[in-house]
Amino acid sequence: MASKPRITKAYTLGFAAAVTMVCSVLLASAATLLKERQDQNIQLDIKYNILSVLGLVDNRDMEADKLLSLYDENVKTFVVDLKGKEVEGRIAEDIDPKKDPDLLPVYTRQDKGKIVAYCLPTQGKALWSTVKGYIALESDLNTVKGITFYSHAETPGLGGEIDKEWFTSSFKGKTILNSQGEIVSVEVVKGKIRDGAKGIEHKVDGISGATLTGNGLNEFIKATLEKYEPYFNITRGGSS
Amino acid sequence: MSLLSKKNMGFIKDPLMDNNPIATQVLGICSALAVTVQLQTAIVMSIAVILVLAFSNVLISLVRNKVPSNIRIIVELAIIATLVILVDQVLKAFLYDISKQLSVFVGLIITNCIVLGRAEAFALQNKPWPSFLDGIGNGLGYSMILITVAFGREILGSGTLFGFQLIPDAAYAAGYQNMGLMVLAPGAFILLGLIIWVQRTITGITE
Repeated sequence: MASKPRITKAYTLGFAAAVTMVCSVLLASAATLLKERQDQNIQLDIKYNILSVLGLVDNRDMEADKLLSLYDENVKTFVVDLKGKEVEGRIAEDIDPKKDPDLLPVYTRQDKGKIVAYCLPTQGKALWSTVKGYIALESDLNTVKGITFYSHAETPGLGGEIDKEWFTSSFKGKTILNSQGEIVSVEVVKGKIRDGAKGIEHKVDGISGATLTGNGLNEFIKATLEKYEPYFNITRGGSS
Repeated sequence: MSLLSKKNMGFIKDPLMDNNPIATQVLGICSALAVTVQLQTAIVMSIAVILVLAFSNVLISLVRNKVPSNIRIIVELAIIATLVILVDQVLKAFLYDISKQLSVFVGLIITNCIVLGRAEAFALQNKPWPSFLDGIGNGLGYSMILITVAFGREILGSGTLFGFQLIPDAAYAAGYQNMGLMVLAPGAFILLGLIIWVQRTITGITE
């Protein structure tokens, strides 16, 4: 048995510093080396999410190349400002909502040169974390085509259920406008929707134990839709 | 003493049955409940825990005579946390989908009492090689239970194994239903309880 070193305060401090140094160098180099691959995965996941809310893919097993070519062929993107005018020279994928709060990316699904669905990024605070996702609307810009959340840190099993199929699929077919054509968004209620409740076309069942996560979603989805409303207005006007 | 002597092999075999970290010591329950809905996630989690346990044991054993005992736990945690973050980063780079499904639970290996428990109880008193074997053994003991629970939960809860449907459509048509309880945490508790019962009947451990 090797003799124990004499423990002085300086030794303890030195040991702690050495351990910290070794650990941080290891972690920093791992993070740098793996960053490129991780970023690729994240980008691919984002594109997968866009394709899936737009109804272009329904399973995750697709190869990366196929997914990317599907995206390039069917998805056209542009950027609009808060007044609903198209902004030239900006790429939707590069818009960072933190740096450019006034620029709004729009992802559209094209079919024979016509837009058949719109997909908008939406994000905001829920209970514990910033939730990021996409909401897709049909070409009437009223009916929800799909919704997906790809990044969050809500409690697994409770708020974390927001990324599950059973929850997101309940948004499909809901409408965001009331009969006066005003934005009411889609609301996640507390608990289940009661039979015969008013405005059922704007409501989805909540997750028990995750009311606060639901409230967060309600707030930021509505905020997103309101931001895009000027653009929607112009587009709706143009098509009728 | 040879590397795989009877005594050394005991370090691997003992935690598999007589001293199983989950079934006997009832450690690491949280992650055993959380990642066992599907076999695939359970297996990836198992591999991650085995790697972290084995290497944290080795590293802690290597520095066991140098660590000032008053900051011992902090040093152990720093080593464990570093290894866990490394595993998490590698998963994010190479198995992104699975790492998304495992979500916070990879990070929570840091707080898995098995890892710190083995560091304190074994690695601090033993040489690196036995510590490595002890880590592998305990990791395997943990994995065995995790995979058994996941097997039961996936086949009963979703009718699949590794995502492939095993229960024929005809059975569903005849009125067979997946057991929703198994997808939820209580299903894992029930299976785990049954496994502990069987394990204690075989080993004869009583408290």
